[in-house]
Amino acid sequence: MLLGTAIALIAFYAPLDEDGLNQKIFYFHVPIALTAYACFGWGAWKALLHLWKGRPGADLESYVSIHLGVIFAVMTLVTGSIWGRFRWGQWWLWSSKQLVLFLVLFLFYSAYFMLRFSVEPGPRRANLSAVYAIFGVVLIPISFLAIRLASDYIHPVAFDRHGPQMSGSQFLTFCVSLAAMLSLFAALYHLELAGKRIDAHLRELRELIG
Amino acid sequence: MTTEEKYVAAAYLVVFVVLLAYVVIMSAKVARLERTLAELVERVKARG
Repeated sequence: MLLGTAIALIAFYAPLDEDGLNQKIFYFHVPIALTAYACFGWGAWKALLHLWKGRPGADLESYVSIHLGVIFAVMTLVTGSIWGRFRWGQWWLWSSKQLVLFLVLFLFYSAYFMLRFSVEPGPRRANLSAVYAIFGVVLIPISFLAIRLASDYIHPVAFDRHGPQMSGSQFLTFCVSLAAMLSLFAALYHLELAGKRIDAHLRELRELIG
Repeated sequence: MTTEEKYVAAAYLVVFVVLLAYVVIMSAKVARLERTLAELVERVKARG
């Protein structure tokens, strides 16, 4: 419902600015990017809970969150590239620190799966994955702040120290889109987690039945 | 359709396709779980 409302607001309510129709990509690109940060942050928090309190299931929750974070990061990179192709005439700019830092964040968490699946299932895999997930979270504020601190200013800044740099209607549309993306993450997170838990229970049941 | 409209449509299409692919993969996994569950139920029934 939130997604439908967001699409309706983007299509019929949000006004166009100097960026033209291309600005409509912003309403999905930025909330998707923020959701990717939230996924990685949530994954790191669950990893910390696993290491700190040994909470059962925290490792699986961390894995699912990072998996979704990588999916949202792919969407961020692709929608951003499409926006850049129209605005800058190029799909990618290696000279832009912000873009490269987000790519590094994406590649770092993509490598998480290589690490995880190269270790036999068990406490060692869970602990190694958790440590890796926590290390990666350091990249989130760096990537987020790079957009604001970079000297080239190629990447537009929608929010600065003075608040949102957009009209009230644009900000409302942005907030609804962000809420829609965060809700989508929450829904997919619970769906995937439930699937993984059922799968684990079924494996256990199969072993018990013999 | 202008070039600008094509880029906007492409961006939204990418999001839609990625989410659709995710939902299709999840549906396939749920179907596999259903089959496994049905198989286990049959095995328990066969045991009596």
